[in-house]
Amino acid sequence: MLKHRVIPCVLLKDWQLTKSVQFKEFRTIGHPKVTSKIYNKRNVDELIVLDIDASTNKSGINFEILADIANECFMPLTIGGGIKSLNDINKLLAIGADKISLNTIALKNPDFIKESSSKFGSQCIIISVDVMKKNGVYTVFNKNLGFCENLSLIEWIKTCERLGAGELLITSVDNDGLECGYDIDLISLVCKEVNIPIIANGGASNPQNAVDVLKAGADAVAAASIFHFTKYTPNNIKEALKEAGLAVRL
Amino acid sequence: MIAIIDYGMGNSSSVKKALDFLNIKSKITSSIKTIKLADKILLPGVGAYTDAIDALHNLNIFDELKEKVLINKSPILGICLGMQLLANSSEESEDKKGLSFIDTKCKKFTCDLKIPHVGWNDIDILKTDSPLFKNIPNHSDFYFAHSYHFDTNINEKTTVVDYGYKFTSSYEKDNIFGLQFHPEKSQKYGLEILKNFGNL
Repeated sequence: MLKHRVIPCVLLKDWQLTKSVQFKEFRTIGHPKVTSKIYNKRNVDELIVLDIDASTNKSGINFEILADIANECFMPLTIGGGIKSLNDINKLLAIGADKISLNTIALKNPDFIKESSSKFGSQCIIISVDVMKKNGVYTVFNKNLGFCENLSLIEWIKTCERLGAGELLITSVDNDGLECGYDIDLISLVCKEVNIPIIANGGASNPQNAVDVLKAGADAVAAASIFHFTKYTPNNIKEALKEAGLAVRL
Repeated sequence: MIAIIDYGMGNSSSVKKALDFLNIKSKITSSIKTIKLADKILLPGVGAYTDAIDALHNLNIFDELKEKVLINKSPILGICLGMQLLANSSEESEDKKGLSFIDTKCKKFTCDLKIPHVGWNDIDILKTDSPLFKNIPNHSDFYFAHSYHFDTNINEKTTVVDYGYKFTSSYEKDNIFGLQFHPEKSQKYGLEILKNFGNL
């Protein structure tokens, strides 16, 4: 039976690992290589690393530091941030990424989803969708482009699926870093509309949050604050999931 | 030395890193000379079937692999797409002929579950004396990420996995081995399988 995954999601900014609150305040939380090594030791199901400066930085993707991280991982590794070409993807896979998360480029040029999934396979391409409420409506948000008001969330995730996305990483910007639990309404809405795996992200503060969002339809949970700022480890979450009758790898 | 075939598709460095960790000598290569010298072959792969077969032909590796595996009987391990390339063909690209070491055709998932099949899933070990699965407990979890798969009805299967229905998650035919999951990304037991391959 396929297991629900518990995935630490770490952000890279100025060569440091960082954690955001609602995509605004940033706090440095450690060194990338050391943190990856700890997650590898803790036997996590997967690791997501997003370089949040790479899209806007002139220097672009920091392959050196990402390779350092990849060298510590004997688990699946997803890398995102600043990807602009198929060659970028090729280089990231070559240093040890298994999956690639696309955000800004997918919004600017949706055909890139198709090009990349045809070349590398759908299983390799995750579309990261950041969602923020505007006037009470779930709206696609992008750190570099702002609110994408002429694009309905549902329309966008269906487009991603149609163009070959293999998974969606759905992040609630409103809940990000607030440790108030996942946005259950958002995740259950998204899960009803597409038939590809959904990774819920944003807001987890305790194992019960993970139980709730997986029961609402998510396939996997990503989290950051909970592992950096609370007593809980990925295994604590998995134990709670097992207790709740959800399939996990322990 | 294990030759990890580099045909420009995917995660050869992850496999190399895992073998380095295990102190198993290996080399990422697309050179025919190095392949000829190697005592074992590892064929990784992430991506599309057509591109992979084309790349193997363009680098003249396709025919070299046939000789190495079928005539010299060198052990070969195909991982994920690499496993599928050892079949006759795949529904992913009907007109591309695979290496045909295993007489079957890869299929697209037809179950109602979400595709791709991605994540950790537990395997049923059917062939308990398989050298690759030595010291691997039955029902261990391994990491899968794929949209096409091998049929269950091949004689060479050594393990099966259930996702909507059961399909072949690994096979073995003399010196020919294939794994649908990623041992290099499956932590402890994944590394154990690579160690077993190194010890063949």
